[in-house]
Amino acid sequence: MGRLLAFLIFATTAVLIVFGTLFPAPSAVALAGGATFLHSDSTPEEAVASLVQEIGRRDWKGAYDSLANKSEFTEADFTRDLTGIYPSLRTYQTLEGFDVKPLHSTDNDADIRVIFRWSTVVGTSRDVRDLHVTRSAGHWQAAWPLVREARVPPQVIPVNYLRWDVIYRGGGDDWGAQDVEAPHIRIVDMHPIDRGGRVFVLGEILNEDVVPAYVSVKATLLAKNGSTLASEDAFDKISHVLLPKQVTPFRIDFQNVHLSDVDSIRMDPVSSLVPASADPVIEVENQKLNGLPEPSLTGQLLNQSGQIVNVTHVLGTFYDGSGNLVWVSDEYANRALLPETPLPFAISLPADLSSKVSSYRVITGAYDSSRFE
Amino acid sequence: MILRLIFASLLIGVSAAAGQSALPGVPATVTAGTAFSIATSGSGKAVFYIVGPGEAIRRDVQLGDPISIQAGDLHNAGHYTAALIGDSSTQTADFDVTASEPATISFLAKPSRLPVGLSASISGVTYIFDAFDNLVLQPQTVAFELSVNGGASQTQSVSTKNGVAWVKLNSAAKAGPAQFQARLGPVSEKRVVQQVSGDPCNLRMTARKSGNRIELETQPLLDCQGNAVPDGTIVTFKEAYNGTETTVDVPIKRGVAKTDMPDQDGALISVATGVVMGNEIQWRGGR
Repeated sequence: MGRLLAFLIFATTAVLIVFGTLFPAPSAVALAGGATFLHSDSTPEEAVASLVQEIGRRDWKGAYDSLANKSEFTEADFTRDLTGIYPSLRTYQTLEGFDVKPLHSTDNDADIRVIFRWSTVVGTSRDVRDLHVTRSAGHWQAAWPLVREARVPPQVIPVNYLRWDVIYRGGGDDWGAQDVEAPHIRIVDMHPIDRGGRVFVLGEILNEDVVPAYVSVKATLLAKNGSTLASEDAFDKISHVLLPKQVTPFRIDFQNVHLSDVDSIRMDPVSSLVPASADPVIEVENQKLNGLPEPSLTGQLLNQSGQIVNVTHVLGTFYDGSGNLVWVSDEYANRALLPETPLPFAISLPADLSSKVSSYRVITGAYDSSRFE
Repeated sequence: MILRLIFASLLIGVSAAAGQSALPGVPATVTAGTAFSIATSGSGKAVFYIVGPGEAIRRDVQLGDPISIQAGDLHNAGHYTAALIGDSSTQTADFDVTASEPATISFLAKPSRLPVGLSASISGVTYIFDAFDNLVLQPQTVAFELSVNGGASQTQSVSTKNGVAWVKLNSAAKAGPAQFQARLGPVSEKRVVQQVSGDPCNLRMTARKSGNRIELETQPLLDCQGNAVPDGTIVTFKEAYNGTETTVDVPIKRGVAKTDMPDQDGALISVATGVVMGNEIQWRGGR
């Protein structure tokens, strides 16, 4: 029986390999740099799909040459729109997939929405572009909706810099010499919720010290008999560097656990002293809750400092009318945040929770290229 | 060294089993690092051993001559055994080496940083050692002093028990680096305990129009005991207007936090830091 099963698995695998080699998935071939599966530009959707595949292969010249409006900008402008001028998430992203949705169509023109799913170092990033497609001499060509990234003119921006440096205990110190004290942090709120067969532990941590803290928090779910059901930490649904008196939300996700099975939760907040800077200061302007069908918190980020922020992490904390935590969500800006240049953001919110939200709070985290290059 | 210790211990054990008598002239206690001598009687040659914690000495001696132990030969405090093994007899004696005068203080002060105005919140523990790192078990009086520049100092004298003295002191009302000193005669050790301000008290801001923005600035931030809240502390300004909000987290610089926000007539502006709320301003375009 075992041998028969092994043979069947082997034979099936061999058949699938042969089939996949002879008849590969067209989109996979296209994105891998092989022949495109939609050479045809006989329909608006095909023309847009061809363009997106060229972008996915980073064939900037091929994509640019196929545009209907290439006379409006240069190939360098087109490339910079997709990869960014300053180092950011865009610089290193690769196309994971895309969706094409027709919005409007006539015999000679059409509007097509393309939803790009970019793979970045912090997960999948969505980018939505509406392309106008026109027919000329029997062929459809897409016009690229170019977004010109703002540039900062060369200048010197004086900054009253505030920074903490730390001298730790050294090897030559007497054994009685104390090391610098770890920052004092406190969990000021914690609330577990059950959604779709998953448990989410939501909360907030306050740095009640006068020095910056690197914080992390781990939650352990305990069953009624005291055994451990699961243990997780707040990976990136938290702002790890907290300045004095700053509050960060956190969210810890547990898969395949029901809250009814949980008797208690053990929280382990950890803090350590780290050198840090109080800059940049990021203003979060025009924050607004948007309702169904796609609930979100939108706004604009404004960098009040002179430093270019390569990756901005935006964390949203949502509360109900009684001030209880309802949800914690986040978003990474995929363009660099330039001084005094607004950058829009949108944090999505689960549709079933949006009606409960009555207030919210937004904080930002900043990463510059010197920390991740 | 280890082999020497094992060999000496075995030799004394074997000799003792063969029959022994007390070695006269060995002092009951010896101060670590000091010289002493042991008188011997009889004639002929013998071998003299001293075995103790981490130390072993072997000497060929002439019976009838005194055995001299030089200063520094025995420096580890503890219980020792001396043995004089001759051709026909073995004499042994036990004695103790005790710590000499206090020479160093190991001082543990905790915590290294804490808010002002907390009672019994700073602990200091001292361990007294002699020049050879032996714990000095004889009672000693240690003077603890906690002082902040410009403020009153706290002093307390504590006698050691089994070589250890400890104290609990209050953090001062005045913020700043406190010098925490433990002194024993001419020997002293110092630690720095950072006493920092508490939560801000009476957080207030003012607003004024500046072009198409509102300039917001807090009054100097102080805690309830009048200490300045340190620079770098985050102050959050929030402007609510027509269903939208604008927020900015600003670090205190030079004692105050300031920023600018969009000028929107009718906006409600609030300020907070940590869990402390400040005043609110209903903005009427600067009127």
